Amino acid sequence: MSAPDNNHEHDSTTDPANGHENPGLPYHRPRRADQDPKADKKAERQVAALFGISILGTVIALWAYFSMNDADPGEVSEIQQVNMWIGLGLFLAMIGIGLGAIHWAKSLMRDHEMVEERHELRSSDESREGAIQHLKDGATDSGLGGVKRRGVLKGSLITALAIAPLAVLVPQIGNMGADWNVSKFRHTMWGPGVRLARDPDGALIRAADVTIGSVFHVIPDGLNDLDHHYLLQEKAKAVVLLVRLDPQDLNLQEGREDWSFDGIVAYSKICTHVGCPVALYEQQTHHLLCPCHQSTFDVANGAKVVFGPAKRPLPQLPIAVDDEGYIVAQADFDEPIGPSYWDRLKGGDSVPADTSEEGGH
Amino acid sequence: MGAKLDRAASGTANYVDERTSIGGFVKFFARKIFPDHWSFMLGEIALYSFIILLLSGVFLTAFYVPSMTEVHYEGPFATMHGVEMTEAFASTLKTSFEVPGGLLIRQIHHWSALLFIAAILVHMCRVFFTGAFRKPRELNWLVGFTLFVLGLAAGFTGYSLPDDVLSGNGLRIIDGIIKGVPLIGTYTSYWLFGGEYPGVDIIPRLFTAHILLVPGLILALIALHLFLVFLHKHTQYPGGGRSHRNVVGLPLFPVYTAKAGGFFFVVFGIVALVASVFTINPVWNYGPYDPSPVSAGTQPDWYILFVDGLLRMWPGWLFGLPTEWELWGYTLSLNIILPAVIVPALFFGIIALYPWIEAWATGDRGEKHVLDRPRNVPVRTGIGVAFIVFYVLLVIEGSNDIVANLFHLSLNDITIFMQWAIFLLPPLAFWITKRICLGLQRKDRELVLHGHETGTIVRYEHGEYVEVHEPLDAQETWLRVSYENYTPLEIEPERNDHGVARNGYRWDRFKQRLSRFYFEERIEPVTPAELEAARHHHGGASAHGKSDAAEAESADKRLDAEWNELDGDAKK
Amino acid sequence: MHAIARRRHHRAAPLLLVLALLALITGIAAVAAPSTAQASTEASADDVVAGERLFAANCASCHGLDAQGQDGVAPSLVGIGAAAVDFQVGTGRMPMQASGPQAPVKPVQFSQDQIEQLAAWVASLGAGPAIPTADEVDPALGDPANGMLVFRTNCAMCHGSIGGGGALTQGKFAPSLLETTPTHIYEAMLTGPQSMPVFNDANITPEMKRDVIAYLDFQSNGSPGGLSLGAIGPVSEGLWAWLVLLGLIIASTIWVGARSS
Repeated sequence: MSAPDNNHEHDSTTDPANGHENPGLPYHRPRRADQDPKADKKAERQVAALFGISILGTVIALWAYFSMNDADPGEVSEIQQVNMWIGLGLFLAMIGIGLGAIHWAKSLMRDHEMVEERHELRSSDESREGAIQHLKDGATDSGLGGVKRRGVLKGSLITALAIAPLAVLVPQIGNMGADWNVSKFRHTMWGPGVRLARDPDGALIRAADVTIGSVFHVIPDGLNDLDHHYLLQEKAKAVVLLVRLDPQDLNLQEGREDWSFDGIVAYSKICTHVGCPVALYEQQTHHLLCPCHQSTFDVANGAKVVFGPAKRPLPQLPIAVDDEGYIVAQADFDEPIGPSYWDRLKGGDSVPADTSEEGGH
Repeated sequence: MGAKLDRAASGTANYVDERTSIGGFVKFFARKIFPDHWSFMLGEIALYSFIILLLSGVFLTAFYVPSMTEVHYEGPFATMHGVEMTEAFASTLKTSFEVPGGLLIRQIHHWSALLFIAAILVHMCRVFFTGAFRKPRELNWLVGFTLFVLGLAAGFTGYSLPDDVLSGNGLRIIDGIIKGVPLIGTYTSYWLFGGEYPGVDIIPRLFTAHILLVPGLILALIALHLFLVFLHKHTQYPGGGRSHRNVVGLPLFPVYTAKAGGFFFVVFGIVALVASVFTINPVWNYGPYDPSPVSAGTQPDWYILFVDGLLRMWPGWLFGLPTEWELWGYTLSLNIILPAVIVPALFFGIIALYPWIEAWATGDRGEKHVLDRPRNVPVRTGIGVAFIVFYVLLVIEGSNDIVANLFHLSLNDITIFMQWAIFLLPPLAFWITKRICLGLQRKDRELVLHGHETGTIVRYEHGEYVEVHEPLDAQETWLRVSYENYTPLEIEPERNDHGVARNGYRWDRFKQRLSRFYFEERIEPVTPAELEAARHHHGGASAHGKSDAAEAESADKRLDAEWNELDGDAKK
Repeated sequence: MHAIARRRHHRAAPLLLVLALLALITGIAAVAAPSTAQASTEASADDVVAGERLFAANCASCHGLDAQGQDGVAPSLVGIGAAAVDFQVGTGRMPMQASGPQAPVKPVQFSQDQIEQLAAWVASLGAGPAIPTADEVDPALGDPANGMLVFRTNCAMCHGSIGGGGALTQGKFAPSLLETTPTHIYEAMLTGPQSMPVFNDANITPEMKRDVIAYLDFQSNGSPGGLSLGAIGPVSEGLWAWLVLLGLIIASTIWVGARSS
C-alpha cells in the first residue's frame, strides 16, 4: 500500500475503485412475465383482482357507515363495531390500490435498469464570476458599494430592521404572561383554620375518620366553590396527602413536633422533582412513590427522599384538630410546593403566617 | 373516441404549457432515475404518515373544540355521565363516541403520529449507517434532523390537546422542567401558560402550534428536503456499473409513480388496519384533566420516553451529595436541567453535526453518491450502534415500571442497573460493533482472495485433502473491493523550516487525532496485484492449503508493519 | 454466489417470528368479566368451631394458635374481621408460601364454605369489617361515572387507570383488578391488604365503593377502540407502533424493493 499521503484531500469526485476496474452493469435477468405471455396475462388478472378488492373495501366502509349510523352510541360494543368495520373497509380500499399498483410496476412495467449521469453540483467558474459581478454591480448601483461608504445609512437601516420586530414581539410576549406575578407560586389556599376536605367531593375529614393505615387525598375546604379555572390552578398547588401511622412508627421532625396529630401527618402531594402528583402510598413501608420518575419519600421520616431523582422532602402541611373534631391546617406551607425553580427561595416574603385563601380573584 | 381524448389531452397540455412552461419540468422530472432498494422507502413511510396525519387531522378539526371552558358531560358514555370537564375533552369524547368513524380517524391520527417519528428515526439510521449524509448531502441531513425535532414538537403539542389526566400530567412535567431552567424558568412558564399552571390558555395555544405553526414548518422543510433529493439525485448502493458519477435505476414515470404512489396506499391501509383493531390513547380511561389524580403507567408517547428515562435515572442524591444546589439563595436544579435539557441537547447536537465531524476525520472533499456498506466504516457503524444502545437504554429506563411489572423485577434495581449501564454498555457496543465490522471486512478479503467454499473435497496424489474454492465473479469482487480506503490524516508540522509556528496547527492536530480514531485500525481492500497473485497461485478452480494461510499471515504482517511505520511518522 | 442468494431469502424470518409471537401475546388484551358476587351468610357456632380447627391446621404456624401473630413473620389477626380473611384466603394469597411484603396470588386452597368458617372464627376474636352483602357489591346499583372519579383519585396511581395493575417499589406491585370479583375488590378497599392502604367507610363510603366496582365492571365491555394492548398506556402503544405497524410496513417495503421473479 502506498504511504498515507493524504490522497483523499482532494476536491474532485473519485471512485473508490482501489485500482480495480468497474465491471459494469450486471446481467439483466428477464422476468417470467417478460417471456411467457401466460404469466403476463396472469399478472394482469392479479392486478385487476387487487383493484377489485379495493372497490369491495370502499363498499364495506360505506355500508358500515350507513348501516351502523343509528346504533346506540353509548354501547361500547357498538362503537367497537363501527370503528372496526369502517376501518377494515378503509384498509381494503387502500391496500388493494397499493398492492395492485406495486404489483403492476413490479411484474408488468419494463424493468431494464437505466443510467443517468450526474453533474457536479458546483456552479461553473463562469457562473460564479457572473454572480459575483452582478452582486458588485448591484451594490454599486445602490450606492452602498464603491466609493461612498454611507456608514450612517447602513447603520440606521440595520438598527431599524433589528428593533422593528420589538414593536410586535414585546406586546405579544408581554401579554402572553398575563400579570407575570410569579410570587403566586409561593402561596396556596391553605391557611390557619382551613379545614381538610376529601378529594374530589369536598367532604370534611374528622381525625377519628383517619384510621391507622389510611390515606386520604385532600383538598382545602372551599376549593370546589371556585370557578373551574381557578379551581384547577389552586388545586394544582394545594393537594395534600393525609396519612395516619402508628405514632410509634412516626419520627417527628425537629421543629415540627406539633405539626402532626396523633400519628396523622399531611404532606404536599406535588413532587419536589418536576411536579407530578406523588400518590403511591405503601402502607407497610410508609414509602410514598411518584409514578412519573419514581422519587420515593419516607412518610415516617419527614417525607425525606430515599430513592429517585428528587432532592428535597415533600413540604409538610402543619395540621391540628378544631373544636368540632375536624382536621384543619395551622398555616400555609412554609415553602413553595412543587418543583424547584431558580428563585424559589427569593422574594423576601417567606409565606406570611396569616395567608388566607386568595383563590377568589 | 381515442383520437378525441388525445386531442383533448394535447389541447389541455398546450393550454397549461403556454401559461407555465410546464413542458420543461415534465421533461426534466418524468424519466428521472431512482435506484431500487427497500431501505430507500423508509423516508417515504415518514412522508406518507405525515400526509395521513394531515388528512386525518383535517377531519378531527371539524369536531374538536380547543377550549378550556368548563362543561358537564351529557353524552352517552356511562363512565363520564355528568363529569366536569373542559370543552376540549368533551369534544374529544364526542368525536370518539358520537361521530361514526370519528374514533377510527382519531386512532389513525395517533397511530400515524407514532409511526411518523419511528419512520423518521429508522430513515435517519439508514442514512447514517450507509453514509448518505456525506457531501453534498450534509445540509439535507440537517434539514432532516430539523424535521425530526419538529416531529417531536408536533407530537407533543398534539398529545396534550384532549386535555386528559395522562397528557395533563405530562404537561405538568414539562412545566416543572421549564421552571427548573435557571433565571428565566419561572417567567417562561408564565409566558407559556398565560399565568399560573394550568390556566385557561394552554390548550388554544398548543392547538395553534399543532395545526398551524409546526405542520407549516414541517411542510416547508419537507418541500426543501425533497427538492434537495431531486437536485442531488438519489444515492445508490455499490455494485457493478455504479459510480459517484452516475445513478442506476428505474424511471420516475411510470415505475416509481406506481411503486411510490402505491406504497402510500399500502401505508395508509396498514395504518387503517391497526387503527380499526387496536385502541390507542383511550382518553376516556384517563378522564378529564385534574391536577390531583395520576395513574400507574404515566408515560409520554414513546418518542419522549428517553427524556423520561434520563429524568428517572438521574439521582437526587449522588454519593451523599445533592444534585440540586442552593447558591447565594438561588436554586439550581441540576437534577432537572442536566437530564431534561443538557444531555438531550448534547445528544441531538452531536447527531446534527455528525456529517461535519466525519468530514474532518476523512479530509475528503469529493461528492459521494455511492453508499458505504456499514462494515467498511467500522468506527462510524460502531458510533451509530453505541448511540442506538444509549437511546434504547433510556427508553427502557423510561418504561422501567412497566418492565418491572411485566418481568417481576424491582424498578429500583432496574434504575440502579441503568445508572451503570448507560456508561458501560454504549462503549461496549461500540467496541463489539467495530470488531464485528473488521471481522466482516477480513472475511470479505478472504472471500475475494480465495473464493467461495464449494464443499467439494479433493484428494491429491500425495494424500493431502483440500477443499475446492470457486473464485468470485467480477460483480462479487467489485462489491467487496470498491470502498473508500481512508488513512489517518497527515498534517504539516507545527513549525516550518525557519522554526516559525504556523496558524491553525492545533485545529489540524485535532483533526488528525479524530482521523486516527477513525482510521488507525482498518482492513485494506484487496489490490489488483494481490488478487492476481492469489488467482495465479490457485490456478483455475484450484485448491489452496497451507500456503494460503502463510500468505495471508504475511499480508497481515505487512499491514502491521505499515501501521507501525505510520504511527511512527505521526509521532515524529 | 448461490449460497449468498439463498441466505438472503431467509432474512425476513426473524421478523415473521416476532410478528407471530406478538399475535400470540394479543391474547393478553382480552379482558375477562368479573364473576358475580356471592352473598355472605350468617356464621353459626359450628362454623366458628370448624374455622378454629382449619386455622390451627393451616395458619397457626405463622400467625400463632391464638392468631396473635409473630413479630417480623405474620401480623396479629385479632380485629381484622371476616372481610380480610375472605379476601386473603379467597384470592389465594393466604396461606403464603414465604413471608414477605407481597402476597402473590395462588390457586385458592379452600372451599368457599371453609373460607367462611375461617372468617367466622377470626371474626369471633374481635370486631372487624364483615364480608359485604350482595347488594353492596352489585355493579348494577353503582354509578360508574362517580366510580371513575373515586377510582382515579384513590386507586389509579397504583392499579392503573382502569385497573390493569402497576409497579411499586422494590419489586412489589399493585395487581391487576380486571379479573378480581366485586366482593374481593370491596374487601381490599375496606381492609388494606399488604402494601395497600386502608380505605375505610369514612374515606370511601360504601356507596362510593360500589361505584368503583361499577366502574371496574364497566371495563369488562372492553375498549371502544378495539383491543386494549393490556391497558398499560403509551409504552405498549409505542411498542406496537414499532413492532406491528412499522414492522408490517417495512416487511412490505422488502416486497416492494424485491425484483419480481
